[in-house]
Amino acid sequence: MTATSPKPASTGHGVAVAFEELHRWYGSVHALDGLTIDIAPGELIALLGPSGCGKTTALRALGGLDEVDQGRILVDGKDMTSVPTNKRNMGIVFQAYSLFPNMTARDNVGYGLRLRGVDGTTRKRKAEEMLELVGLGRQAQRYPHQMSGGQQQRVALARALAIEPKVLLLDEPLSALDAKVRRQLREEIRRIQIMIGITTLFVTHDQEEALAMGDRVGVMSAGQLEQIAPPSELYDRPRTRFVAEFVGLTNRIPGTASGGVVDVLGTPVPLLDGSAQSGQVQALVRPENVRLVPADDGTARVAAVSFLGSLCRAQVTLPDETLVVAQMSASESRGLVPGATVRVVVDPAPVFAVEE
Amino acid sequence: MTDSPVGAPRPPTAEADSAPGGVGSRRFRGAANYLALLPFHAYIAVFLILPTLIVAYGAITTASGTPTLENVALLFTDETFVDAFGKSIQLALSTAIAGAVIGALLAWAVVRGDPNGLLRQLVIAASGVLAQFGGVMLAFAFLATFGFNGLATLFVRDSLHLEILTDASWLYSLTGLVVVYTYFQIPLMLIVFLPSLDGLRQEWYDASESLGGSSWSFWRNVGGPILAPSFLGALLLLFTNAFSAYATAAALISQGSPIITLQIAGSLSSEVVLGRENVGKALALGMIVVVSLVMLLYALIQRRASRWVR
Amino acid sequence: MSATPSPLSAAAPQGGALVARPKGAGRAPRASRPQTGARVAILIVVLGYLILPLFAMLEFSTRGDFGSRSLDAYAKILSNQNLVDSVTTSLQIALLTVVGMLVLLVPTMVWTIVRVPRMRRVIEFLCLLPLAIPAIVLVVGVAPIYRFMGQNLGKVGGSPLTLALIDIILVLPFAYRAIDASLRSIDTATLADAARSLGAGWPRTIIEVIVPNIRGGVLSASVLSIALVLGEYTISSLLSFNTLQVVIYLLGKQDPFVSVAVSLSALIFAFVLLIVIARVAGGTDRRAQTRAEEPAA
Repeated sequence: MTATSPKPASTGHGVAVAFEELHRWYGSVHALDGLTIDIAPGELIALLGPSGCGKTTALRALGGLDEVDQGRILVDGKDMTSVPTNKRNMGIVFQAYSLFPNMTARDNVGYGLRLRGVDGTTRKRKAEEMLELVGLGRQAQRYPHQMSGGQQQRVALARALAIEPKVLLLDEPLSALDAKVRRQLREEIRRIQIMIGITTLFVTHDQEEALAMGDRVGVMSAGQLEQIAPPSELYDRPRTRFVAEFVGLTNRIPGTASGGVVDVLGTPVPLLDGSAQSGQVQALVRPENVRLVPADDGTARVAAVSFLGSLCRAQVTLPDETLVVAQMSASESRGLVPGATVRVVVDPAPVFAVEE
Repeated sequence: MTDSPVGAPRPPTAEADSAPGGVGSRRFRGAANYLALLPFHAYIAVFLILPTLIVAYGAITTASGTPTLENVALLFTDETFVDAFGKSIQLALSTAIAGAVIGALLAWAVVRGDPNGLLRQLVIAASGVLAQFGGVMLAFAFLATFGFNGLATLFVRDSLHLEILTDASWLYSLTGLVVVYTYFQIPLMLIVFLPSLDGLRQEWYDASESLGGSSWSFWRNVGGPILAPSFLGALLLLFTNAFSAYATAAALISQGSPIITLQIAGSLSSEVVLGRENVGKALALGMIVVVSLVMLLYALIQRRASRWVR
Repeated sequence: MSATPSPLSAAAPQGGALVARPKGAGRAPRASRPQTGARVAILIVVLGYLILPLFAMLEFSTRGDFGSRSLDAYAKILSNQNLVDSVTTSLQIALLTVVGMLVLLVPTMVWTIVRVPRMRRVIEFLCLLPLAIPAIVLVVGVAPIYRFMGQNLGKVGGSPLTLALIDIILVLPFAYRAIDASLRSIDTATLADAARSLGAGWPRTIIEVIVPNIRGGVLSASVLSIALVLGEYTISSLLSFNTLQVVIYLLGKQDPFVSVAVSLSALIFAFVLLIVIARVAGGTDRRAQTRAEEPAA
């Protein structure tokens, strides 16, 4: 599902979108601080970050729901910055509760078409087509309060796509749903998006979602874009401390750095750009890059083991009391019980390091 | 129902009828649970139910206690009463509509602002006072404004040189009641209707806009239909409020009893014509019937309104 | 949604217009420029119209000789013994009403939640019933009862303080709403379970655990009750008790300036009271609710 390069999908509906140096203040809060992103036609960009980082502000700015104080927004080469929302022709899916409660699913989906003067028969047909596309062909005459959260969001998606928008904006559409529904729905959204080939901006605070869906993922913090890259690059080669710590689980293991390499528990590990380069540092090591070797003369002690189905995570305590989490397949975890002594070895995969 | 430890699933309260025999203590405890509610019910029975029954009983009996429908019949045959009911309903309806429309506009203006802001809190507190506690005091407020020596009367006469308000006797008639009642219907509408406006989610407006709709298309297709039941419900509440009001009318009107509430008050305090002692109770019963019908309508509308808006 | 949300309890800080409502994503709603214009215009016109009589009251009550301003009317309030007595009486009735209302409602409502949830609808209906029975009607049915009390219960039976008995009924809808909103905002059943599992008996549970957490609702209900009792005229006058409103009314015939002065004072007092509960109670209950977890990275 995840593309490893920013290769957009096919059908040529997509247009390019660009944010140029966007600035937005809410009182004294600098919600958008020089945000600049180029989105290729048909690309799905996932904006990821903690609450308040500006990702939703960016989406709302693109949709025209909020203004920007400085900078430009370009869609298909045209400056849309001062165009009102109802003239931008963008499909927006909100987090929750955006379906009009007084209308059936069919009427909700057909609303945009009605505003465009499409006649009743065509409207009905198109609405039912869209509902079919999201798997709700049989629910056309139901009201929102008669549907589950997941179904409502599908209708919201159908409604947004019915107007054949230039860009699709999704503002944390899955956050209000429960885990299983979330996973199902995100795969469907991605499938539909690729099929239609529409340029999409997807905002979320859930890492798994962002990494799973995006052609590229942009991590934001305090109004700024920390890094935007394909998911695997973001995960393996974080470029700033924030990204390194925010994305994925990390262990902080003390080590000594010099000459572009950090010595972690005896293994020399290459340092990523942007890391602290010398002296006592903390290397941010991913659990899957930590190996535990059962050894009677080992200096580390297993504190707890968690079985997660196909994976296992073990917490070990180093002699200096540092807690390290190692991740391995379930079969590799045999022999690891609380209290066992082990040797901890790190894989030489490049790491990000920060000062002590 | 046993004392379940924290975390245990709460058993349904069918304790009294769950198991036969052997759990006599459970059955006892079930009954005892309901017993704890007795003081409350007893109080309501004595101070609410009983008076209502007294009214109902009095309405359908003569002074000597024999059942009769004379009193109730008078409500429909005696011109004074028919007139009074008519005027009361007219007064209530007109001020309810005026108050509802103006109050809704005010509510809209308030809701667009900061939900925790000072303006909103001040307006709501002021509305609470004016809507419910006014009564006699509001009558005096209007006397100070439109009475013979009132601020507005004097201003219009002396500064604008117009004679239209100088004869302030309009204030002490039904017209005056309409003006004063509308005054306190507006804040009442604000209080009752504001939560409904709050329930209009920003997402609906955003969604409508993003799909190409203007403000008008939103209100016509989404906002209006969603608010209609609440608006209607609020209107009914306003109607009941004006229909039942007494204090303000008592303070303003000293001659005659054009509306029902004044008639009822009259039946209590003044000398009652022999044989018509219980007519006041019949009037009161009539009021209960009207108010109950309106409240029933209100309840039905509310149920429908809450179906859509979570 | 129950049958009749009483208008005034909607003004109570919880469950009504005064509570901090998180809108959508917690953002303040946008107002587009033409809307802001309309909004300001409406606020000015309508609020202006509402303020006019109040301002007129101020002007009227401060009229001195020959066009000057004077606070004589206000000074006379304090020297009018009837008035002062009626304030005392009304405050006493208000106090009794508040106590009676709390003692009657709080244990009953808590009990309904933790032991007999089935009765919740019934209690709610009964508490909102007074809305269907206007005060003017209630007084007709209650008059014989008060006659009975006056004749058979001696001095106590004839005292104006007995008005508290019927005022409790009048405040029931508003008080119920305020306390109910508070009870709903905390997980009453779980708190009670926790207290009981630790060994507390019912009175202790209610007084030491539940009530402190519904302070907001209790405060609202109390203040609304006080304001309602102070503003009550219908029943007091028709039962011939000299409460504040009755005396204000009688005073109106003798000295309009003083009666307007005291009316304005009473209105302002009630206003301040409601502002206080908006600020205090709104804050209290926010603290009692848990903050949503920030989604971890």
